[in-house]
Parts: sequence; structure tokens; C-alpha cells
Amino acid sequence: MNRLTIIGLVIVVVLVLVALFAPWIAPYDVGATDLSMRYLAPSAAHWFGTDSTGRDIFSRVVFGARISLQVGIIVVAVSAVIGTLLGAIAGYYGGWVDRIVSGYVFNVFLAFPGLLLAIAMVAFLGAGLNKLIFALCIIGWVGYARLIRGQVLKVREYDFVQAARALGASDARILLIHILPNAIQPLIVQASLGMAGAVLSEASLSFLGLGVPPPAPSWGVMIEEARDLSTLQAAPHALIFPGIAIALTVLAFNFIGDGLREYLDPRQRAR
Amino acid sequence: MSILRRLLILLLVVWTVVSLVTLLIELVPGDPAVAVLGEQATPEQFAQFREKHGLDRPPFFFSFPRDDKDQRHFVWHGADNRYTDYWRSLLSGDMGLSFRNDRPVSELILERYPATIELAIFAMLIAIVIAIPLGVIAGTNRGTIIDNIASVVALLGISLPSFVIGPMLVYIFAVKLGWLAPSGRFEWSDIVLPAFTLGAALSAILTRMVRSSVIEELGEDYVRTARAKGLSERKVVYKHVLKNGLIPVVTILGLQLGVLLAGAIITEKIFGWPGLGLLLVEDGIGKRDYRVVQGCVLVISMTYIIANLLTDMVYRWLDPRIRVG
Repeated sequence: MNRLTIIGLVIVVVLVLVALFAPWIAPYDVGATDLSMRYLAPSAAHWFGTDSTGRDIFSRVVFGARISLQVGIIVVAVSAVIGTLLGAIAGYYGGWVDRIVSGYVFNVFLAFPGLLLAIAMVAFLGAGLNKLIFALCIIGWVGYARLIRGQVLKVREYDFVQAARALGASDARILLIHILPNAIQPLIVQASLGMAGAVLSEASLSFLGLGVPPPAPSWGVMIEEARDLSTLQAAPHALIFPGIAIALTVLAFNFIGDGLREYLDPRQRAR
Repeated sequence: MSILRRLLILLLVVWTVVSLVTLLIELVPGDPAVAVLGEQATPEQFAQFREKHGLDRPPFFFSFPRDDKDQRHFVWHGADNRYTDYWRSLLSGDMGLSFRNDRPVSELILERYPATIELAIFAMLIAIVIAIPLGVIAGTNRGTIIDNIASVVALLGISLPSFVIGPMLVYIFAVKLGWLAPSGRFEWSDIVLPAFTLGAALSAILTRMVRSSVIEELGEDYVRTARAKGLSERKVVYKHVLKNGLIPVVTILGLQLGVLLAGAIITEKIFGWPGLGLLLVEDGIGKRDYRVVQGCVLVISMTYIIANLLTDMVYRWLDPRIRVG
């Protein structure tokens, strides 16, 4: 395990703890506005300062971790389960399922910018946390399906799978007990990178006003609110802290993903 | 992959995109006519609006409308419906009228398209100018401090989203230093901040690519030969290694052109850059002008798909080994 992976793991652990204990960590109410307290610079009372309506930025960044992780975990979990299921079925059985999944879905989805599809879906469905998660799952599962299909195609031919089949094991048993455990490693890498992607997409869509609606302390919303010229002039920290939060989170999951990939693929280790 | 197969996939993709943009509009909660005209419009105004935009026609080949008793029934409408309407008008180069100002969507898009392409190309140029030297330096000095610094900078570029980089640049160069305008597209210098913002992530990805490509090529036999015949290290790197090492980079560049177009949506919003993305977000989604949304999504996707196709062709041309396969 290299140093960056460990840094990534530490950041993620801290992030999870912050999200879990947000109500105890955040010193102020995330929604409490106080115009007499607006644009305060970082201080002992307000660690990250206050924003254009006098809300405590530290508290909002802390609660923002909840939204980011919630979206990330749900999107990755749902996408991974659907993707694994369809990818495994397509890879193992082939036939018409495979023709649809790998022949049509892979080619079409990969020929399409994912973010644009998510934007289009939310544009028509309307903004909101659930719709955002739904849209990200729709674009997310394809990557997992492709990965698992490739792995299954490879592992399917191994001797121990042939042996299991010769012993009369059922398809379900072969898939679950013999093939999937051998295909799971790259899935973990993909899931880690997927967390980074989902956190980033949530923030992007919220920034565009297509995700979590404004009073909620999504990091993307906070940045959108902090970027008008008068706020930038008076309180650049309102932009910087949520920005750092997003960057650290994305960086951490990318570190973990990259580190795991190198760890699992010895050929890359030397590089 | 054969040309025929590629074409078939291309057709499938186009069909999917058009179907998506025509069918997604049916999912809009509420009535688009009410969303655009407001609750207080008269029934005549609603009827006129629906007729003008073809919204009075059946949505698809079939539908499940509610009857008087609020029960849903299957109704077959035949080939004369909104879905085929859209196809028919598309094939004659028409994307419908804007719900808001009755201007043809194709006209609105043509007005904005050059700004987006300009932004994407400048972003790419900036990325190349940063990434190739940085990647080569990192790759040829592998494991040194320079390499580590380049890697960290690259990672930062990948992890910092454009909507963080963009406003920060605005803060530094527009608010603090006052060198550049915070938004708009009036002076030639107005493209600097948006292009840098959009190109930052790409330059980071490219730096990493160039670095690992250079490292890989440096281990090849021809490099040893070139060195053995006494070429300077400079010539080895720039004449031999870079030439071969850039092949995968070209692919990434082409694929990333599409990503840049999608990413331009966010960058254009940050800087008020009047391109397709701003048209989509502000005029389309913001004002619930779904015809504009349809047109923008369609054109951005098509540009993305065509960019990928061209990349593939350039790649084949560059690397004859792939041509056979």
C-alpha cells in the first residue's frame, strides 16, 4: 500500500465520522441566517467564517459531507449491484442478454457524455435529491456491467470453473461462489473511483441548480452561492472551504482507487 | 471493428439520443404549456400554444390516457404522433420553435455553437501546452522531486472541479488583480479564464498520460539504438520517444474533446460564456423551454459522438497495426 492510498483512507475515515456525527460536530444550525453576522472572516467562533446570509460555513461543510457521502454510497451501491448482475448474466450466459447489454447498451452509453445525460434527465424530471440519485445510477451502472462482463468472460474459462461444472454445480453456484469472488477485485477499484465520480457529479449538478435545492448545505450549492462577485469580494472563504472539501473527498477516493489498482495489478506496481 | 459495424452503432446511438430527447419531454411533471404561459393564461392561449408546438398531437405510437373515471386505457395512435413529428422535422433540419420566443431552436443553437467550439479548442490548446512539457519532464526525470511535484499538480488538476477552479480564478484575476473580466465574451482576453478552467482537468490527465507514455517508450529497444548511435538525449526524447508516445495521447485528446463539450456546460455557466451550455442551462432548463433543452442535448451529444468517431479514424491512421484488427 503506498502513502497516497493511506492518506486517502484517512481522509475517507474522517469524512465518514464527520458525516455520522455531524449534529454533534457542527456548532451552529446549518439553516440559521443572521444578516448582522454576514461575511465574517474565519475566527474562533466561526472556524470557516460565515456566508452572505450569516450562516456558519463550518457547520454547513460538515453537514454537506452527509449529502455527498449519501449520494455517493447509494449511487455506487445501486450501480454496482445492477451492473454486476447484468454484467455477470451477460458474460456468463451470452445469448440475447449479452447482445443487448454489450452490443447495444455499452456502445450507446459510452458514446454519450454521462454528465450530459444526467443533466438532461434532471432537466426533464425536475431537480431534487432522489431524481439526482436516480439519474446518476442510470449512467453509473454501465461501467460496472462492462467490467464484470469482461472478468466473467475471463474467469469462466479457468480450470476450477470447468471442474465445478463437471461436478454438477448449478449455474448460480458457479457464478456466485466461483466466478464472482475472482471478479470482485477490480470492482472495488471501480467502486472507489465511482465514489469520487458520484461526489463530483452531485456537486456539479447541485452547482448547476439541478441537484439538491438551495437551502440544503450541499457543497455544490454552497459554491454556487459563494461565487457572485460581491460575495467573492467580501468572503472568498465561502468559496474556498466547500471547494477544499470537494477536492479532498474526490482526491481521497481517487487515491484509494489508484492505490488499490496498483496493488492488485503487480505489473503497474513498478511504475 | 469493421466500418459497417461502426456505422450501425452510430445509427443506434443517434436513434437512442433522438428517442431520449423526444420521450424525456413526456416525463416533465405538469403541463409544459402551463409552465411556460403561467396558470392565468386563457384556455384559448393554451390551445394556441399547444397547436403551435405540436403538443396537441398524441405523444407516441400509443399512450395510456385517463378517461372520465380516472382509469387508464391503452390507445393506439398510429404513425402520426409527436415522436415521428420530431424525426420528420429533424430530417429537414428543423428542431422546432423555442417555447419562449418562437425563434427556431436551430437558429438559437447556430448562434451559440461557435462560442462553445472556440472554448473547447482553446481549452484543449492550453491543456496541450501545459501537459506535454510537464509530462516529458516528469517522465524523463522519473522518481525525482520534479516528477513528484508534476504528479501532485496533475492530481490536483483532476480533483479540483471546474466550478471550484473557475470562481477561484475569478477571485484572483478579476476581483483581486483586476486583470481580466469576471464574465462575458467581449474582449479577446475574455477566453483566458474559461479556457483555463475547462482545460485544467484535461491538462492533468494528459500530463499523466504523457508521463507514463514517455516512461514506457524509454524502455524500448529503439531508444537504446538511438542512444547507442550517439544521439543526444534531447533528440532521443523529442524525435523518437515523443513521436511514438503521443499516439495514445491523441486518442485521449479526441475522446476528451467530447468530455470538454459536456464540461463546457459548467464552465459557460461560471463565466457567462454565451455558448450551447449556457443556452441549455439558462434559456432551456432555467426557463423550462423544453424545445431548447431537446435541441441542445441533441447537438452536444452529436458533436461528442462525431468527435469520438474522428478520433478513432485518426488513431487508425496513426497506428497501422490497428487498421487490420
